[in-house]
Amino acid sequence: MKSDPGFYDYLPYNDRPVIRWPNGARVAFWVAPNVEFYELAPPRNPARAAWSRPTPDVLNYAYRDYGNRVGFWRLLDSMKRCGMRGSVSLNVAMCEHHPEVIRACADEGWEFYSHGTYNTRYLMGMTEAQERAVIQDSIDTIKKHTGQKLDGWLAPALTYTDRTMDLVAEMGLSYVCDLFHDDQPGPVKVRQGKLTSIPYSLEMNDVIVYNVNQVSPRRYADILKRQFDRLYAEGEKSGTVMCIPLHPYLVGQPYRIAAFEEALSYITGHDKVWLATGREIAQHFNTHYHDAFAAAAQPVGEAP
Amino acid sequence: MSTPQLLPDDYLAYPLRRYGMDHNRYDWSILPERQPVALPGDARMALWVVPALEWFPLDMKSQPFKPPGAMQTAYPDLRHYTLRDYGNRVGIFRILDVLSKRGIPASVAVNAAVASRYPSLLKACVDHGCEVIANGLDMDHLHHGGLSEAEERDWIARTLQVLREASGQPVRGWLSPAKSESLLTPDLLAEAGVDYVCDWVNDDMPYAMRTRSGPLHAMPHPVDIDDYTILVQNHHTEDDFRDALIDQFDQLYRESAPGNGRVMAISLHPWVIGQPYRIGALEEALDHMQSQHGVWAATGSQILDAWKAAQR
Repeated sequence: MKSDPGFYDYLPYNDRPVIRWPNGARVAFWVAPNVEFYELAPPRNPARAAWSRPTPDVLNYAYRDYGNRVGFWRLLDSMKRCGMRGSVSLNVAMCEHHPEVIRACADEGWEFYSHGTYNTRYLMGMTEAQERAVIQDSIDTIKKHTGQKLDGWLAPALTYTDRTMDLVAEMGLSYVCDLFHDDQPGPVKVRQGKLTSIPYSLEMNDVIVYNVNQVSPRRYADILKRQFDRLYAEGEKSGTVMCIPLHPYLVGQPYRIAAFEEALSYITGHDKVWLATGREIAQHFNTHYHDAFAAAAQPVGEAP
Repeated sequence: MSTPQLLPDDYLAYPLRRYGMDHNRYDWSILPERQPVALPGDARMALWVVPALEWFPLDMKSQPFKPPGAMQTAYPDLRHYTLRDYGNRVGIFRILDVLSKRGIPASVAVNAAVASRYPSLLKACVDHGCEVIANGLDMDHLHHGGLSEAEERDWIARTLQVLREASGQPVRGWLSPAKSESLLTPDLLAEAGVDYVCDWVNDDMPYAMRTRSGPLHAMPHPVDIDDYTILVQNHHTEDDFRDALIDQFDQLYRESAPGNGRVMAISLHPWVIGQPYRIGALEEALDHMQSQHGVWAATGSQILDAWKAAQR
């Protein structure tokens, strides 16, 4: 085990190359619906239990299932009304289980990136060969069902090995959403390939906001607007990124969707905001700023 | 923190990776694509209020997990025991009063222990016009995968026997304590003559389940907007609770149409919402709902029967 993941050098917010987004936008804004399949009785990973209750955890399983049967369709309508494309954080087995959901996203021009195979299969404890097989499965399944090349990665249920970043870069992906150290994209140091971290934000994630912090829907809308207002103001100096990671089973509940749509409409109603996907942000950064950011970063000193 | 144990290769095997669900209990189904459900009188909304009458034994074992509302301190936990019982002595009557004044029936989900211990409470609910549905033996009899089939069948039979005798009703509905089930619970419920179960929170509408003993139906019964979740677990205010109920209703109402109704289900715990400072939030929310056109306040059985009629 390591004391520092070693993925990035130190690059302070007040002293780094200036980012300019397309068309003078101040904020690159993206929305990442997590389209997930949780298994009722997954095989056990000794590092983490899939469910908080003994199998079958009917309550929590059904709660997740609500997202696909009901919540997703409500969220889809809200996104369409605001002219916002999603960047789908996809458990790729959804392509087999619920292809109607995949088709609905594809019809709207949404991006698909990988969130592993199932949200109940974790990477901890995998050998390199096993982990490569999981990544290859994602590349192949997304290609087969959507025609898209897989560019992005958010590890299933945020589970990792020490090799995860190296392997996704080596296998041709260009961005990851797993690092929460910045409000701008940044290079990820990998043994081979070119990889960028783009801000995803647990602070804006409805799982954290609703399941952990237990706030009300109106409060969530307020949080989203406050986050956007500050990033919009700071983005005049150098472009920032705002992401809203979502879960249809949470934000798609009837009593929550209107407050979310109100915040989304507020954000998308600004003129200097780039309504982007994860891939578009990563490509722009990789083309124009990745190498300059890497060169400007300061090596991290030794801990005493 | 330690290095994780290596995984066997069959951790990457996916025998149930296929179209639809990873079990056969019910079919995959997209709510907006379903056939419309006409409600009586062309109503747009079926309003279903479900107060739970619960008994948490003072010496509860909380196995295999602590159900919401369980005892918390070292024995004897008088504060939590008696606060739960407040719901059965005081809170429920405050709720029934609110409902009576508005002509709203209810389906009371009753632990068999409550019916046996407080027969006059069950009678008061029946006299009010409530549908009685089963809520297991008590809050310390959690249905779960570790039970033997014989034991679970016995729990269900005893629960239904007590409640059917005490209420004189068929007792068609079932809510498991803490919404906890074994893999066999729906089979055993159907076998015991239960028509609908309230444990599954995956839909806004009733849907058909498959059991080895014939049909069973899932009724929408969300935990998200119940009083315990919002007021006790999330520590929100009474006004937040009122707003959540109103926002839930308004969204479902927008998605409904005459000839295509939706179900607004409200799960209540009398020891929570029945407190003097909280009950007004329920009144305000119900008044908002009843001020809209096409709201049909009904019992679970009435709503399910309307849904069944629309499936033909």
